[in-house]
Amino acid sequence: MATIILPELIPNVIRAEGQAKGGDNGSGKSDPENRRNGHGASPSRASGNGQSTGQSSGRAHTIKPTFVRDTHPIDFPWKIEWNPETCIRCGSCVSTCTFGSIQPSLQRQGQTLSAGSFPKPVEATQVIMAIKQVNDPKHYCRGCGMCEKVCPTNSIHPVQNEHNRFPLVARAGGSPVKRGGRGHIRARVFDHIKVGRISQMTDPSLDAARHTFDLLTPLGRGLPAEELALQLDNGRLVESGWMPPVRWIYPIIIGDMSVGALSWRMWEALALAVAYLNEECGLPVVMSSGEGGMPVRLLTSEYLKYFIIQIASGHFGWNRIIKAMPQMVTDPAGILIKIGQGAKPGDGGLLPAEKVAPHIQAIRGVPKADLLSPPNHQGLYSIEESVQKMFLSMNAAWKFRVPVAVKVAASSTSVAVFNNLVRDPYHIVGGFFLDGIQGGTGAAHEVSLDHTGHPILSKLRDCYLDAVTQGRQGHIPLFVGGGFGDTGDLAADAFKAICLGANGVFAAKIFLQLAGCVGNEKGRCNACNTGKCPVGITTQDPRLVARLDVDAVAQNVVDYFLAADMELKKLMAPIGNSSLPVGRSDALVSLNKPVADRLQIAYAC
Amino acid sequence: MCRLAAIKSKTPVAPILALRMMQAMQKGHDNSGFAMVMQDMGGAFANFKRFPLLSMACTSEGLDRADELLEGLGFTPKFDYQPDVDYSPKLNFRRMPHYVFRNYRYPEAYNVLYDQPTPEQKKLLVETRLKLRELLARDDQGYVYSFWPDVLTLKEIGDPRDIGTYFQLWNEHHWLEARIISAQCRQNTNYQIVRYAAHPFFLEGYTLMGNGENTFYQKNKEFQQHLNPAYVGFESDTQCFLYTLHYVVEQLGWPLQYYKHVVTPLPFEEMSRRRDAEVLRRIRQACQHLEINGPNTVLFVLPDGRMGIVADAKKLRPLVIGHQNGMVVAASEVCGLNMIIPDRDCAADIYPGERETVIIDNKLEVQQWPQ
Repeated sequence: MATIILPELIPNVIRAEGQAKGGDNGSGKSDPENRRNGHGASPSRASGNGQSTGQSSGRAHTIKPTFVRDTHPIDFPWKIEWNPETCIRCGSCVSTCTFGSIQPSLQRQGQTLSAGSFPKPVEATQVIMAIKQVNDPKHYCRGCGMCEKVCPTNSIHPVQNEHNRFPLVARAGGSPVKRGGRGHIRARVFDHIKVGRISQMTDPSLDAARHTFDLLTPLGRGLPAEELALQLDNGRLVESGWMPPVRWIYPIIIGDMSVGALSWRMWEALALAVAYLNEECGLPVVMSSGEGGMPVRLLTSEYLKYFIIQIASGHFGWNRIIKAMPQMVTDPAGILIKIGQGAKPGDGGLLPAEKVAPHIQAIRGVPKADLLSPPNHQGLYSIEESVQKMFLSMNAAWKFRVPVAVKVAASSTSVAVFNNLVRDPYHIVGGFFLDGIQGGTGAAHEVSLDHTGHPILSKLRDCYLDAVTQGRQGHIPLFVGGGFGDTGDLAADAFKAICLGANGVFAAKIFLQLAGCVGNEKGRCNACNTGKCPVGITTQDPRLVARLDVDAVAQNVVDYFLAADMELKKLMAPIGNSSLPVGRSDALVSLNKPVADRLQIAYAC
Repeated sequence: MCRLAAIKSKTPVAPILALRMMQAMQKGHDNSGFAMVMQDMGGAFANFKRFPLLSMACTSEGLDRADELLEGLGFTPKFDYQPDVDYSPKLNFRRMPHYVFRNYRYPEAYNVLYDQPTPEQKKLLVETRLKLRELLARDDQGYVYSFWPDVLTLKEIGDPRDIGTYFQLWNEHHWLEARIISAQCRQNTNYQIVRYAAHPFFLEGYTLMGNGENTFYQKNKEFQQHLNPAYVGFESDTQCFLYTLHYVVEQLGWPLQYYKHVVTPLPFEEMSRRRDAEVLRRIRQACQHLEINGPNTVLFVLPDGRMGIVADAKKLRPLVIGHQNGMVVAASEVCGLNMIIPDRDCAADIYPGERETVIIDNKLEVQQWPQ
């Protein structure tokens, strides 16, 4: 069975070569526009001629020329392989591809036929329908594999093209490359770290299935015991004044993904899962809203207590939130002031206009346009000012009943920031969320995603050890994120971070992957910014959103949390702990000496 | 696993009882050391109960340094007891050139004598002990275990039987007698271990020894080293339990029952059903780095002479309490009790549970406080 690789169809190559021979350096004399421009193939021109690679004309004998300088699928990161012999031409792949990367076309095909009692071969041609990859860079194949998923005969699939020129092609027109997903950084320090201190006779390991484990962690400012507002009353300690609000939550938080970045159905599925985990499974998992507000029905419901409402530099959605406050029947789990994020540190949020559907406009109170949050909160120019203005405002808004935390991108300066916050004299900084370079995003400049930011673990360790030096560990709970669970082992990643000093972790992308996201760090899909998410997760197109099964997604998320919960216990049990081993770095060993030295844990080999 | 033996008696008793208990429980330790704190002294020290008693083992150089420092601070010797010892070369233990058990008068400015030291005297005694410790630690010239009225400490590395022989502790009537004796024999998991690592530990009137592995040692230590300048050493993971006790009761001034809430907090679910849930959650957050989360039984003596016992939250280390003839005895194993109070009513033995604090008060009544 022969497989035809469409972009390299022989007639096309022959034709192109013919042109090259007849032209000057293959520039294609027959194309006056090419001559006028005087440079190589440009995406805009390629897009302009609207032709697919190969002879895709409806007239079987007319083959449109392709020039060597034109953009071609060999320049793209993914090439489509299609098998005409098994394809039944059902059209499922074409109709499923949200990026318009493949299209049907007609193809002339030579055949040798023979009829009658004796062989009498006759040369003939036939026009057949073929599936072709589009060579327009605007419609380049993302490798999402949806065509393969829906093909009933396994006749088509994308293949990664390691020789692609896409980084050069994609910047044509002068625009930086944008995409979603995580930074494509292959180093994974988690894998160099193992839980090496096992209870073996010195003390007993616990039984993950039998013992009671206390996996909760505080979100909210911790006071030193000396400063607790407690007094003695008849031999017992009783409260004697205001103390900072604290929530005891599950140590894995569903990180900040907005309604807007996510489809409303995906956001709803996560919200459903969170409510179910709390109310039916006894796991007090909380979820951050992301910047972009929340549905008013949720804001004014009892379920608000499971959500952390985020305020970022664009303040998107806060008009509605503030208006809903009088109708709120409970307090949110917390407020998260987003200063920055690990995926694109120093950059504000970005929601492309393609995703600003009418309901997003309504929630955020904006017209259909690219929604760019500024890189800074306007008016905040120092840490002290931030504490005084934003933390106080947010605390005051809920009458000092709701913990207010801050999220910053990990940076060489993180310790200085953490240090300043720890000294906050008002005791109103309720959490420090540190987001590492491997964090995900719905849309960012690729250069930010891949080249800016700071890995999370060393910075977590620096912050924790700095607090230890001052005797202030635990005063501001440390939550870390950025690539947690990127190999599917969220519990293990979280456990290692906790041993290094984190009170908890936040993760986001993994929950999209549980919903069917096929994007990965090897360049697959990552088209969250386009509004054309092939599985309905990061799109506002109702036809695409319909591909998502909300209940199934919620169930996947719940199942994953239940599994992760048991896995956390399976990690705590061997080291003999039933409470979270926050800062128990003696439980870890590193198989990599520089990592061990940097994190101040034992090296093992 | 180490073995613990503690005696609280109406009348002073000799250390032979503790040694015999340790012999009975020998399968649980490796004869690598013996340590003991005696409080509420009888015998030779009975008449000097209000004078700070220095317990020290050192070289001649160390002794000179200590004398010079104490003299400089204004302490003057009141009573010095040089024990008769057995110099037999066959004894298997690492003896020090000098053993000092000496009562001092306070410096003139501090020279008032009450049953308990005044806050100023406490501060002076703790600071002096820390200075002595630092002074003797240079060039390894000796060890200072306690410097407190009515408290005597002995810590040795070697075979407890030989240590007993050397100090003539096997005598039924001895110059060393006390109403409270806490003793421990080690199961040595690290032969590089130093004398300071031997339990019981003493600080400012609080004595504590424990049994088991402190799995939160690193967390405890990192947190405690900033809480009080006297929280030093950390040669043993059990020291952390003493510092936590001292911190909760002495420094924070919380009632004793909160020690249990700090070291083995209630599960959140159980906590939430209580009326004081919010207070307990606050304590848990503030003291999250002081938790005991491994297998440990802790036995302590308070400045007022009460003895207490708490077990870990899963009761993974044993301890049993029995009483007879004006004496309450706690031991890691029943055979320890059987050795010295064989005719007691065994049915009345108490095995401290995972959610209680057991207190033996000065009337020798045993109280069980539910957490």
